[in-house]
Amino acid sequence: MREIKILAIVLFFTAVTYWGVEPYAHSQMHPHVAPADFGFKEIAPLHVNGNVDNGKVLVEANCIACHSIKSLGLEAPMSFEEAASAYGIVPPDLSHAGVIYDKNYLAGFLKDPVSATQLSHKFGDAKPYAMPSFSFLSEQEIADVVAYLGNIVSTKISDKGVFEEACGRCHSMKYDGLKAQTPNTFIKSYLGAEAPDVSMMIRSKKAEYLHTFINEPLKMVEGIAMPRVGLTEASQAQVVSYMESVGDRKKAERESLGLKLIGFMAIFTLIAYLWKVQIWREVE
Amino acid sequence: MAEIRKSEGLIDWLDQRLAVKAFMRVMMTEYWIPKNINFLWAMGVVLVVLFGVLLVTGLLLLMYYKPDINLAFDSVNYTIMQEVEYGWLWRHMHGVAASATFLIIYIHLLTGIYYGSYKKGREMIWITGMVLFIAFSAEAFSGYMLPWGQMSYWAAQVITNLFSGIPLIGDDVVIWIRGDYVVADATLTRFFMLHVVLLPLVIIIVIAVHFYSLRFPHVNNQESEVLNFEIESKKFLEGRKKESKVVPFWPVFLSKDFFVVGFFMMIFFALVCYQFDFAMDPINFEPANSMKTPAHIYPEWYFLWNYEVLRGFFFDIGGMAAMDIGLIAFVIANIVFMILPFLDRNPMNTAPAHKRPVFKYWFWLLVVDMIVLTVYGKLPPTGVNAWVGFVAAVIFLGLFIALPFITKYEAKGDAQ
Repeated sequence: MREIKILAIVLFFTAVTYWGVEPYAHSQMHPHVAPADFGFKEIAPLHVNGNVDNGKVLVEANCIACHSIKSLGLEAPMSFEEAASAYGIVPPDLSHAGVIYDKNYLAGFLKDPVSATQLSHKFGDAKPYAMPSFSFLSEQEIADVVAYLGNIVSTKISDKGVFEEACGRCHSMKYDGLKAQTPNTFIKSYLGAEAPDVSMMIRSKKAEYLHTFINEPLKMVEGIAMPRVGLTEASQAQVVSYMESVGDRKKAERESLGLKLIGFMAIFTLIAYLWKVQIWREVE
Repeated sequence: MAEIRKSEGLIDWLDQRLAVKAFMRVMMTEYWIPKNINFLWAMGVVLVVLFGVLLVTGLLLLMYYKPDINLAFDSVNYTIMQEVEYGWLWRHMHGVAASATFLIIYIHLLTGIYYGSYKKGREMIWITGMVLFIAFSAEAFSGYMLPWGQMSYWAAQVITNLFSGIPLIGDDVVIWIRGDYVVADATLTRFFMLHVVLLPLVIIIVIAVHFYSLRFPHVNNQESEVLNFEIESKKFLEGRKKESKVVPFWPVFLSKDFFVVGFFMMIFFALVCYQFDFAMDPINFEPANSMKTPAHIYPEWYFLWNYEVLRGFFFDIGGMAAMDIGLIAFVIANIVFMILPFLDRNPMNTAPAHKRPVFKYWFWLLVVDMIVLTVYGKLPPTGVNAWVGFVAAVIFLGLFIALPFITKYEAKGDAQ
């Protein structure tokens, strides 16, 4: 009985210390923020339905001068290196743009890229954003473009594919052999900061943080150079899952082995207990 | 030379040459431990097991780790964590065992204080124990640098910089420790040497001395009862086992310890596989970057209490710079436990704390204060947090100033 009481006291003080230095301290260091907003509510929603055929014409006339659509065999007009020196950054491939990015976000982005990406602290009249505004298009035309982009491919994109299209222009994933399409020196002069390799980001930032962070980087880190890219909730989950498959590749093994190790020690403890009882019966 | 006969078997053969039977008696079957103890007396054996875990996993990690600032991070996070079979397990066990070692050290240390096991002939056990604490601290600090993550780098930067507070030679000492003007490759390689060779060697030697120092004053017991070990052990050997107040180390004492170790290791593996962030801070999975200071720099949890003593003095007092006061307080905090047996002016009374009228309050205040220091050592030192830290740091120092007076007062009471 006395031992149980002592154990309770030890566990109590240990638990209080743990609570203080882990959950409590972290809640103080990382103040609560609004949850991720996958509705992109501050962007005015589209009120018209797009026409795919019309969109195709518009995309061919306006987009493919800079963007590739590899799924249709349309290669980029320039190499990554050339594109980076021409625009400051490599323009994204559009094969899945209409699927992985939110439709309202895409529309808002076409009208005003700097506001949609939340990069007004980095770009303006003095330093223009690489992607021009298409606000001269009508609401209907924008809806057409978005509708067409969403219809280019019907097959589901892989987790790695989402990462390559949405993140891989700036970020490397060296533990999976992926090198950023834009060389880091260009990114630095374009955005004012280098884009880090994200191989271990799943362990350093954790999935929960990434969920809010990727959705809206500026809300989480003041003055950050990373744009809001407007991934849908499902595509963002694919990105995080890809990051986990690279940076925490042994998670499944860890979680299943854990039970076996605990089970092994439980059996050990039981046998040790029975042995102890037997031995101490002689002396007590 | 002893007379050598034809041996009756392997044990006998060894016994004639190495006296293994006598050795086993001295070390195991006739090494007497009081019977009246609780599971807190098993913490020493838990620590031995943890040190074994650290040693074995450390050797395995050493086969793949590369002490070079350009290779270290990837050798840990890619080669070990992903490529090597069960490399992640060795690393998680190593990291969690390091943290768990400190938790058990603190329990072990507070047990020693509570039951008065640091005085009346047991001073050397206490002092060698505190030397071990310091050696383990240096071992943990040097090991934390090796993955070359953000906190490895910045904690090293901040902690090595503390030495600049030494009068006159401070700045030179910092450069001498780092081997460079800033924390750099030379710092990593020398800390690697400390972590894998020099400090483990020191620790193993001091552990041996720590065990040896137990032999003469013997292990304390729950009531601090003074036992005549000769009489009690004789009773045991005569078969009056129930009547004897002592038990042999093997198998009786260890049979209980195995049970405690098993129970502890269950929790340990749960932490290793499911709850390891407290021991392996996520921020250290970001590669070291000298151009990017983390928003919050803090040491591992087990250093927080003395870090907060350092940080608690955040304003100048009477013309003395806050930094200097903090440094002095920090140095005191690090050595004050070492001299505890001499601060206690009631050296003959070894009763457990709950039987001592004032000391019991002193003890629990110390526990609570150290927890407050630990928690506030991690919180951002702003607003009210800074003041809580300051008060807790003053209380900590005050407790040790008060201790001689409290114990002297108790001694007077005992004399009446």
